[in-house]
Amino acid sequence: MAVVETRSLTKVFKEGELGAVNSVNLETREGEFLVFLGPSGSGKTTLLRMIAGLETPTSGEILIGGRVVNDLSPRDRRIAMVFQSYALYPHLSVYKNIAFPLKAQKVKKDLHKQKVEWAASLLGIGALLDRKPRELSGGERQRVALARAIVREPAVFLLDEPLSNLDAKLRASAREELERFHRRVGTTTIYVTHDQVEAMAMGDRVLVLNKGVVHQLGTPTEVYDNPADTFVATFLGSPPMNLAELSDVIVGFRPEHFRPVSSVNGEAVAFRFKVENIEYLGSEWIVSGTPASGKLGGQKVFSRLNSAQDLSLGGTYDFAVPQCELKFFDRSTEKRVEPKVVSWQ
Amino acid sequence: MAIARARIKSVGAAQSPLLGAAMFTPAVLYILLLVAGPFSLAFLYAFSDARIGNTEMHYVGLENFRSILKSPSFRMAIRNSFIFTICSQIVVIVGANILAIALEKTFRGRGFIRFLILLPWVAPIALGAIGWKWILDSIYSVISWVLVALHFYKPFNAPMWLGEPHLAIASVLLVHSWRLMPFSTVLLLAGRTAIPKDIPEAAAVDGAGFWRTQFQIIIPMMRPILSVAVLFGLIFTFTDMTVVYILTAGGPFDSTQTLPSLAFAMGIQGSDLAAGAAISLFLVPLLIIIAYFMLRVAHRAEVN
Amino acid sequence: MWGKVVHVLVITVFTVLLAFPFYWMVITSFKQNVDLYTMENNPFVFNAKPTLDHLKFLFTETRFVRWLANTTFVGIVVVAITLVLAVPAAYSLARLSGRWGERLGIAIFLTYLVPQTLLFIPLSRVVAYLGLQDSLWALILVYPSFTVPFSIWLLMGFFKSIPKELEDAAMVDGLTRFGAFAKMVIPISTSGILTVVIFTFTLVTQEFVYALTFISSESNQMIGTGIPIFLVRGDVYYWGALMAACLIASLPIAFLYNLFLDRFIAGFTVGAVK
Ligand SMILES: Nc1ncnc2c1ncn2[C@@H]1O[C@H](COP(=O)(O)OP(=O)(O)O)[C@@H](O)[C@H]1O
Ligand SMILES: [Mg+2]
Repeated sequence: MAVVETRSLTKVFKEGELGAVNSVNLETREGEFLVFLGPSGSGKTTLLRMIAGLETPTSGEILIGGRVVNDLSPRDRRIAMVFQSYALYPHLSVYKNIAFPLKAQKVKKDLHKQKVEWAASLLGIGALLDRKPRELSGGERQRVALARAIVREPAVFLLDEPLSNLDAKLRASAREELERFHRRVGTTTIYVTHDQVEAMAMGDRVLVLNKGVVHQLGTPTEVYDNPADTFVATFLGSPPMNLAELSDVIVGFRPEHFRPVSSVNGEAVAFRFKVENIEYLGSEWIVSGTPASGKLGGQKVFSRLNSAQDLSLGGTYDFAVPQCELKFFDRSTEKRVEPKVVSWQ
Repeated sequence: MAIARARIKSVGAAQSPLLGAAMFTPAVLYILLLVAGPFSLAFLYAFSDARIGNTEMHYVGLENFRSILKSPSFRMAIRNSFIFTICSQIVVIVGANILAIALEKTFRGRGFIRFLILLPWVAPIALGAIGWKWILDSIYSVISWVLVALHFYKPFNAPMWLGEPHLAIASVLLVHSWRLMPFSTVLLLAGRTAIPKDIPEAAAVDGAGFWRTQFQIIIPMMRPILSVAVLFGLIFTFTDMTVVYILTAGGPFDSTQTLPSLAFAMGIQGSDLAAGAAISLFLVPLLIIIAYFMLRVAHRAEVN
Repeated sequence: MWGKVVHVLVITVFTVLLAFPFYWMVITSFKQNVDLYTMENNPFVFNAKPTLDHLKFLFTETRFVRWLANTTFVGIVVVAITLVLAVPAAYSLARLSGRWGERLGIAIFLTYLVPQTLLFIPLSRVVAYLGLQDSLWALILVYPSFTVPFSIWLLMGFFKSIPKELEDAAMVDGLTRFGAFAKMVIPISTSGILTVVIFTFTLVTQEFVYALTFISSESNQMIGTGIPIFLVRGDVYYWGALMAACLIASLPIAFLYNLFLDRFIAGFTVGAVK
């Protein structure tokens, strides 16, 4: 087991262009499940591939287990990787796929069978060992890819959007299975996804990336409740945090904290709110509309409610946000700042 | 809309067999007449005494085959056909794999290099062979000149590349390999490019080095395309008479004669159509085997 | 570092081996005879001034231009016949007959594998019977037998990649099935058809066996047979002119072929590469 660390890691594909990864510093914890989260094209894959040794950094250092590994080939980094497409070897049986890293690492031959069976049983694919990859379902393929990754007992697991090829239903169960798997083997894991639900559900910590720059590294509750800047605030959460520009700051509040005055206690900011759209999502309601007056006048604002039955389209209601749920961001840097007294009128 | 589609479909279904047949029948007929027709004639002639200039012919049974099998030239031709075909395939497959690996990487001038490398395949083989005939000339061979300059041979004493049986065989082999190498290379290159990039990457992460990745992952994955390259290579070499005809015309002393060149020598130059036809029929068994394997590859490709 | 050295080395060695004869054609074409036929001379360089004599000889004293014209003529007519036969056939096999069409397509492709060296003996008699000995029309008749199968195969792949909805839409909009083929499919397929044109033309220029068998007089030769057979007088080889002729005939074909290489390759892979 080992810790992965990067120091000012940068990757520029075309000289003169913006880097795909820009001066990233990060350090995993021992045995941690760290998620790289960011929109498509934000550099997650590139960052992961540099850690794997599949991409050469333009500058910066990568350390695995305290050792600089920049000059080591992927095979010498004691890592295992699960690719988005799983990259199973199509001409080899499941057994041979799983055994391949053992062969390649020159593990003694008489240990192969035992290790392959161990990995296969861990993932519940013991019955599939004679099949070829094309005879497997999506979920089975994913498990084979995991078994191939675990069999050599790597120091670090790297997974690049391993669930994105599965349909929605399978994805939920596969997610759960991955979590259970991680708890069992306890290996440091870096997991790449663009899906915030996955990131929040699975990560011990989440690294939020955009345009190759780290915006925040923190636990799911930290990044959600205390976003470091407006990007994190709006990328996480659906619908995203409501933002309002007020003189020299940007003030934000989550839709779930924007509710009818009657259900808000303590010090709060109140608005007249005209309801323009109501969506029923089963367990909750998303209400959107515009405040009738003040600095927010005319701007679209979302509210997330447990019940919206007493609201009607076109109606105007009294809504409020508790003072303590307001987040403040600097208007020019968009970074989080201390709460201030602001005028809403 | 839905109704319109349904009606079109039924109309299409009703006319498509007729229209479809009308569209492919001319081509099929042409091919039947000019491939299947002569192919059957070849069998007919092989059991007859057909000669050029004589419009009559009679059934003679296995007579042609009997006399062919007795002839030393024929045995030489069979042997050479197999030597040329098999040896050149070995050279080509080894070389083409290496070259395809090297060409997979992008580098400056790759397009021009590809053009140069393709020349032997693309230029008419008769003309390429003439080029080699000059390079292997008995007096002015550039190869001999280099060997003399390096003091391997005394002046005027260099080997006659096309004049001594063993050297002539080696020369023909060389030209066949030279000619086929580009073709196999571009096929293998296409096969390599079609392999998703994450497969070799997964192998690298799994701890495989260059050679293991090549031999245990990439080349096995390319088996279908390798088979296609080999099958075409076998056919092109086994049935070719141009290289031999131009370089040596089968000589010296029939030492480079192949089945096609012997069939030409006997059937056209020697006017003995029946013997020529009988000799060329010996190409058929290998052709059938190759066709069988080609079908298997195509069928697999269709299934997957 | 070592990887790079090996890479450059492999590329260089193979390129030199494969392209050498063509380099040799170039250098021979422009050397004076005294230079060519003096054994002490270093053959890799010009020991005497370069000359255009061989080219002049080729164009004025030989039938080279005639052979080029013959080849172009046969090429154009064969291309036309091939298109007329192969385009509709490929389309109908790709579209109208379903799976059965695939089978038939493969069967036609297999006929491409039947070599000239198996058929030239019976065909020589057929040609004689038709009174076409020593006539370019013999070649025009016979060449489509190998250009059509491969062209059908190439075009089938091409037509299959055109979405069927396009034709359906055209038919809904009022065209007949054949109209949809002629007015929608053909215009979209120009690059596929161009591929077939080039491929057919190169096959015609590369053919040797039939031309050697059916054509006898000097003025009716194709370049592939005229150059090796009639540029040699008795036992005298005009190497300068020969090499110049080879070069002039090869390079344009090589250039054209290169432009469409990827499509030819797709045809040759028999679906083994997706
Ligand atoms: N091999 C490459 N060459 C050039 N640009 C690349 C390459 N790989 C990725 N990029 C660019 O780098 C940026 C980050 O890509 P990537 O790491 O794949 O993002 P993500 O995985 O977060 O979607 C993108 O703008 C992408 O276009
Ligand atoms: Mg990615």
